[in-house]
Amino acid sequence: MAEIPILHTHEPAGAKSGRGAGVSGATGVSGVSGVSRVSGVSAVSGVAGGVRAGVPRVLAAAASALATLGKRTVAIAAFLVLWEVAPRIGLVDRTFLVPFSEAVKALIELAKNGQLWDNTQASLVRSLAGFGIAIAAGVPLGLLIGWYRPVAEIFGPLLELFRNTAALALLPVFILLLGIGETSKIAIVVYACTWPILLNTVSAVRSVDPVLVKSARSMALSAPRLFAKVILPASVPTIFTGIRLAGSGSILVLIAAEMVGAKAGLGYLVNTSQQNFAIPDMYAAIIAISVIGLAFNQLLVALERRLTRWRPAAGG
Amino acid sequence: MSVLDRPAFEAAPEAVPKIRLEHLGKTFAVRGGESFAALDDIGLDVADGEFLVVVGPSGCGKSTLLDLISGLTKPTSGQVLLDGVPVTGPALDRSVVFQQYALLPWRTAQRNVEFALEARPRLDRLGRRARAERAREHLALVGLTGFEDRFPHELSGGMRQRVAIARALASDPKVLLMDEPFAALDAQTRDGLQEELLRIWQRTGTTVVFITHGIDEAVFLGQRVAVMTSRPGRIKELVDVRLGDRTADEDVRSSPEFAAYRHEVWSLLRDEVTTAARLREVVSVG
Repeated sequence: MAEIPILHTHEPAGAKSGRGAGVSGATGVSGVSGVSRVSGVSAVSGVAGGVRAGVPRVLAAAASALATLGKRTVAIAAFLVLWEVAPRIGLVDRTFLVPFSEAVKALIELAKNGQLWDNTQASLVRSLAGFGIAIAAGVPLGLLIGWYRPVAEIFGPLLELFRNTAALALLPVFILLLGIGETSKIAIVVYACTWPILLNTVSAVRSVDPVLVKSARSMALSAPRLFAKVILPASVPTIFTGIRLAGSGSILVLIAAEMVGAKAGLGYLVNTSQQNFAIPDMYAAIIAISVIGLAFNQLLVALERRLTRWRPAAGG
Repeated sequence: MSVLDRPAFEAAPEAVPKIRLEHLGKTFAVRGGESFAALDDIGLDVADGEFLVVVGPSGCGKSTLLDLISGLTKPTSGQVLLDGVPVTGPALDRSVVFQQYALLPWRTAQRNVEFALEARPRLDRLGRRARAERAREHLALVGLTGFEDRFPHELSGGMRQRVAIARALASDPKVLLMDEPFAALDAQTRDGLQEELLRIWQRTGTTVVFITHGIDEAVFLGQRVAVMTSRPGRIKELVDVRLGDRTADEDVRSSPEFAAYRHEVWSLLRDEVTTAARLREVVSVG
């Protein structure tokens, strides 16, 4: 049954006009006879035969695309259904866990009155600023440290120490030093993002295939050109792994920071909603956070794929 | 004029050999302050346009020898002369083909060959168009026309090594240095590439120094085969191989002459291989 509307969209305009009765006759029968009926009609109206061969192929492609989509969304759909049903049938207290549909309703309401956008904007500006600064500082620094072995040996232990110090543990320090405004929030995002980027860049440079370096050296390539033409492109995939880790980290840390001391932001929205007992708003903000995180990650994955298209499919 | 049009062989014997190795020695420091001699007092001349194969047991310092000629490593004693001039470091007049292909995985076959042309200093570098043209020419030379836009992972091992050979030749080197280039390939691909390499060598007239541990490969390819001793590596003997044109239709590998040369090199190597094995045992026990 589902095939018939798809079929129609691929009919040439010329066939459409003289065919109304045929379609309404076909809707009641199975998909297979529907196809033969339509192709008969198009032959009568003198449309090119390409449509006939094209239609089943389009159907097959659409069906396999639907199957893939189904496989990818089934778990999420099941989770949302559970979220919707559990409060309604009293499995959990409806006051504290509102059904999914109510959270969505609240989200739409927040979008309408502008609160959602204001808070999202505040969060995005902070996390993108911090993330950008971390990339701008971490990548060049990592390249430098990775390239000069003595530098790596001196700084390695210190980097390990910093990386293993939870960023949020330092939040009070940042607030003491930089105040409660934007600076401390951006600073903590920078801190959290820098380590994955820096450490991945260092290891990317140090794990470049030595045969490639040897081969480039045998061509008498100067050090700067060796760096630009071999080390840097070879490092891109590993650097990007760090950037992707930092991307999810930037939102994670920021939301927590906004819960502690902020006047705007999605973390602030979650926290105030909870304190004001606007529970649907709280879940709405949580949904917004997870959608933004997901979108950000997808964006970085797409960018990564674009930059590393030369890699075999299995590795990508 | 393209390299490809050059006469197959420069006949006139020159006073200065293309490559001269003079009392070449290389010692490596190992843990505990000790050192071991990889190469000791190597003396060898390679004529212009010659195809020399160096064969030896594994661990005899063959690759070290190639690193010294390419300038990637500095000798502990002695020197390498190229056209009578001492080698001080790597340069584009000596191209190296490695066993592991060493192709840049993010570049297509075409762009990998161009890489060798980008290495030149800015002033005598070819323009972008000329580089592309030259790369295409050399991919055609190794029989890869139509594969210009493939990435290395989309090519078979044999094809990857062809790209590496094209890249090595694209910079028009005086000497082609090959470090067991066919060791990772299956037997059939290897036989095919050996014939191809001889054909290319005859067309370009480049001097080739080819390292291998395969006796058949050495006899098939080499005009001369240098047999090395195991640790420390020395030249044990030079065998002149007179087999005529290997790329002719008949199967040279099954001729009695081939078998005789094969046996000669094998006999020279046998003692060295047992010595090397004994040395390894001592090392692994101790």
